[in-house]
Amino acid sequence: MGHSIKVTVNGVTHEATVEPRMLLVQFLREVLLLTGTHIGCDTSQCGACTVLVDGVATKSCTMFAVQADGKEITTIEGLAANGDLHPLQKAFWEEHGLQCGFCTPGVIMSSYDFLKRNPNPTEEEIRHALEGNYCRCTGYQNIVKAVKKAAQSMS
Amino acid sequence: MIPNNFEYIRANSVQEALQLLSQKGDGARLLAGGHSLIPAMKLRLNAPETVIDISGIQELASIRRDGDRLHIGALVTHRTVETSDEVKSSCPVLSEAAALIGDPLVRNRGTIGGSLAHCDPAADYPALTLCLGAEIEATGPSGSRTIAADDFFVGMFETALQSGEMITRVTFPVLGKGTGAAYEKFSHPASRFAVVGVAAMVTLDGGGNCNSVRVAITGAGPSVFRATKVEQALTG
Ligand SMILES: Cc1cc2nc3c(=O)[nH]c(=O)nc-3n(C[C@H](O)[C@H](O)[C@H](O)COP(=O)(O)OP(=O)(O)OC[C@H]3O[C@@H](n4cnc5c(N)ncnc54)[C@H](O)[C@@H]3O)c2cc1C
Ligand code: FES
Ligand code: FES
Repeated sequence: MGHSIKVTVNGVTHEATVEPRMLLVQFLREVLLLTGTHIGCDTSQCGACTVLVDGVATKSCTMFAVQADGKEITTIEGLAANGDLHPLQKAFWEEHGLQCGFCTPGVIMSSYDFLKRNPNPTEEEIRHALEGNYCRCTGYQNIVKAVKKAAQSMS
Repeated sequence: MIPNNFEYIRANSVQEALQLLSQKGDGARLLAGGHSLIPAMKLRLNAPETVIDISGIQELASIRRDGDRLHIGALVTHRTVETSDEVKSSCPVLSEAAALIGDPLVRNRGTIGGSLAHCDPAADYPALTLCLGAEIEATGPSGSRTIAADDFFVGMFETALQSGEMITRVTFPVLGKGTGAAYEKFSHPASRFAVVGVAAMVTLDGGGNCNSVRVAITGAGPSVFRATKVEQALTG
């Protein structure tokens, strides 16, 4: 019942055989050992598992790995370049946009997709853009500040 | 959580999807955006033997205006309806409503065809389709037929689709002069599904009287329904 898939993750192409029921998030975590992408719920709600699929922010717990065949995936591990943190990662650090950090990879991947489409957002737009990412610690204030700061430093 | 095992097949055209549907019978399920089916499979509320992935069928992913009709392919995502200039100018209430579905990540993948076929009692598109008097195109082994929204929503998670049929497109009226529509939704704070959602379309005559009114309500019954008494009270 295995399917051969070829998936490019953070620029590296992987070939693997997967059961159809394997979720993309399991493939990333358990097969590729990229554990930066988290699983926070069973109901497709929390967004901790967000990755980019061909550039579009996607809950990787709500897509089968076999559907990623031929696609390009970017995870939180793929954002830093040449040892330098991505401006979003830097801004989360500087603005204390995280406490326990569980939601952070998903929040950053959603923000990445959002800032690509809206490089100069208002606070309200940022809050709407992150409706699919739950944070149980920060109360969101510093997350919003961090996204704003990243937008400024990227423009 | 891990779904039951299943056979996975990718369909590259409507033709192929229909062949697979008839070959695999009632144990088969179509997979579009996956944002209703996969959560249900993870909770093992749904355990299809075969999953036919239609998400890559290009012919179902376009939006086209033809005179006073707006055709939206079954695989058009909520995000595309929300942001499409064509939808914003032809039927603005539709993009306003699409922007209220779930969250941005849900809207990136969920599709209009999937939402209507799933027929969740608290979903948004059923209210819009019913209020606007849209038509659903169902395609099966013997061709396509058009189902009026008034006949499409049969009950909780139940539609007029026959086994072996799939939704291929949804056709909305272009809202002309004198006609206005709005959608108001009270969202559940966690799931963002409608606790209640009300869609209304009003057409005025030259003297400012209500020529026709259609009101559809979601979230408040086993399936979307028209508030006919409200419509009667407002007409005239
Ligand atoms: C966290 C969360 C929040 C959500 N909030 C909302 C909300 O606020 N409002 C709302 O309306 N919805 C909401 N949804 C549901 C979302 O809109 C789904 O995308 C939608 O209900 C199903 O569309 P899909 O393309 O994902 O379909 P899928 O999950 O792929 O399929 C759903 C069902 O429809 C069938 N199907 C799919 N396409 C076709 C077709 N073309 N022809 C025939 N049958 C087909 C499938 O076999 C399956 O049975 C939410 C979902 C999640 C996970
Ligand atoms: S793990 Fe919660 S949405 Fe994917
Ligand atoms: S920092 Fe702990 S959940 Fe967001």
